[in-house]
Amino acid sequence: MSTDNRMLTMAEALREAMGIAMDERPEVFILGEDIGIYGGAFGVTGDLYHRFSPERVIDTPISELGIVGAAVGAALSGMRPIVEIQFSDFTAQAMDQIANQAAKIHFMLGGALHVPLVLRTPQGSGTGAAAQHSQNLETWFANVPGLKVVVPSNPADAKGLLLSAIDDPNPVIFLEHKLLYKIPGRDPVPEGAIRIPLGVSKVVREGKDLTLVATGIMVNKSFEVAEKLAAEGISITLIDPRTISPLDMNPIFESVEKTGRLLVVQEGPSHGGFINEVIARVSESSSFGSLIAPIKRLAGMNIPIPYAPQLEKAAVPQIEDIEVAARELVKSWR
Amino acid sequence: MTVERLLMGHPLSSPDHARHALLYMYRIRKFEEAVEDLFGRGMMHGTMHLSIGQEAGPTGMCLALKLEDQITSTHRGHGHCIAKGADLTRMMAELLGKEIGYCGGRGGSMHIADAETGNLGANGVVGGGIPIAVGAALASKLQKKGTVAVSFFGDGAMNEGAFHEAANLAAIWKLPVILFCENNKYGMSSSTETAFAIDRLADRGLGYGIPGVTVDGNDVVAVYEACEAAVARARNGEGPTLIETVTYRWKGHSRSDKNLYRTKEEIEEWKHLDPIPNFISKVLAAGILNQEEIDAIAKMAQDQIIEAVNNAAQAKSAVPDGLLEAVFKAVSA
Ligand SMILES: Cc1ncc(C[n+]2csc(CCOP(=O)(O)OP(=O)(O)O)c2C)c(N)n1
Ligand SMILES: [Mg+2]
Repeated sequence: MSTDNRMLTMAEALREAMGIAMDERPEVFILGEDIGIYGGAFGVTGDLYHRFSPERVIDTPISELGIVGAAVGAALSGMRPIVEIQFSDFTAQAMDQIANQAAKIHFMLGGALHVPLVLRTPQGSGTGAAAQHSQNLETWFANVPGLKVVVPSNPADAKGLLLSAIDDPNPVIFLEHKLLYKIPGRDPVPEGAIRIPLGVSKVVREGKDLTLVATGIMVNKSFEVAEKLAAEGISITLIDPRTISPLDMNPIFESVEKTGRLLVVQEGPSHGGFINEVIARVSESSSFGSLIAPIKRLAGMNIPIPYAPQLEKAAVPQIEDIEVAARELVKSWR
Repeated sequence: MTVERLLMGHPLSSPDHARHALLYMYRIRKFEEAVEDLFGRGMMHGTMHLSIGQEAGPTGMCLALKLEDQITSTHRGHGHCIAKGADLTRMMAELLGKEIGYCGGRGGSMHIADAETGNLGANGVVGGGIPIAVGAALASKLQKKGTVAVSFFGDGAMNEGAFHEAANLAAIWKLPVILFCENNKYGMSSSTETAFAIDRLADRGLGYGIPGVTVDGNDVVAVYEACEAAVARARNGEGPTLIETVTYRWKGHSRSDKNLYRTKEEIEEWKHLDPIPNFISKVLAAGILNQEEIDAIAKMAQDQIIEAVNNAAQAKSAVPDGLLEAVFKAVSA
């Protein structure tokens, strides 16, 4: 199969990355709930259980704290575990091991030990699974020094970033949006072990009127908006940070200096949210002087995600909301 | 034919009791069948966890409870909710995202709670309800209310830390709580054989100083008898009991389950152990009800579910107004 027409879904791309890493390094293994015969609650591990062995694709009991802790211990002892937590909401069960243990060990112990661990987990709303199965938790993890946090928005990035996350000697939280698993991306997924470094923001598309920074699924929604508004003569630069911690601000500064307008979009609640960090850094930088419009942000409402579809939709930014905000910002500030 | 909303007592102790037990098991069965049908026809959204095959557990347990006694429930919670006496229309309306639903359309299948019948809520988090039931029992003890709290949870939940911490608190504080484990042999795709190194899950009680009882979870009489004894212990201040009911879920874990982890034969075997005919044969053998009366009960349950679906379908959909104001209860002056 030729490299330039491989349109994989994100689930397939992630599976491919894990397969490559497991072929490359015997110390890579996966553990999580229902990742074996079942193939993962969202089908991400798929056939890996059959391709490798039950010892390298380990089905666990429902014990999030235990399995993340076991992964930390294995990571300290020469292995490179990839933990799948079935829904990001249940990282709450494992938060001690994530935030108090994995994140702190290298620094706190004076560099004596380190934790090469990847924790992959699906997040986000849109499935009608209500408040305890729908959260976007980017902000939680971004606020813990010692964790790297990756939020892929498309299959090609997901594959390259996951390979780098597995190589990384530090704990990496890899947050995958459920609604993106089954859809192919806009770009083909390169064959082989092509890595994308963590901590490099991506300019998805360039324009001169507005800088739009979005994370995860909001990148996809924003892209649609940018394409649509291009027809109206509004040209948008869309930036996907991809790694929200550490955060690469340079392309954002450069773009703001060109466009003079900034719109930031995230799915999670606005209060204390990650995007506020982007706004703060622009505000503190010399690019701030280039702004000709107030900065605008769109985020989830400060509520738990409701069940009924008509309520759930209202809780997070939709394409129409982004469209209205982007047009407003460009039209009202000249 | 009248059936009281909540009746207590042995399911074979009178025609009313037998009727009640049967009606509630049928209600659960037919409710779940209606939910499956609505999903299949694209009229319901989200996910669903059906308890078909497990009706005897909650029915037997709730026959031993008073209205004021409390329960916490699970993602597979429709049966617990119905057995405790919830209104079928409001349940169905919740699943359809309607304003009159138990949660106003904000919670859905996994979060139905009903303060009136002592249902502190279903839970989307495996094990989440166990410490909460222990807390309800603590409140009962502190306030000398004499009520009992029951936590329903699955075999899978027993491997969450929450179970272990809660069990120990219940034991050391001698709380009036019943830890009711519905062992349906699987937590999603992981079987109890792979997820446990013991055969009898009730043995877990031993390590905490809690008596552990294992019963046939498809026999409503056996379940009731174990529960009645556990409730008596709890009300006497003798502390918690761990009850393990051995049962089986006929349907997949949720909508997306392809049942790759178990055989068709196993599923068929368990369908022969259907809790409803199991109880009917006991009732007939004891001469408590005749076949005609039994058929009437099945029909009554079916009619009640049809009515609930119709009422719920016609009700007003929830609207996204006032969501922000709904996050906190207002502080009273
Ligand atoms: C803390 C947590 N981990 C994982 C899940 C995903 N999940 C939902 S139900 C379930 C299986 C539960 O098994 P069990 O407790 O035996 O209940 P059953 O489904 O058999 O009724 C899993 C893994 C969850 N909801 N919460
Ligand atoms: Mg189970």
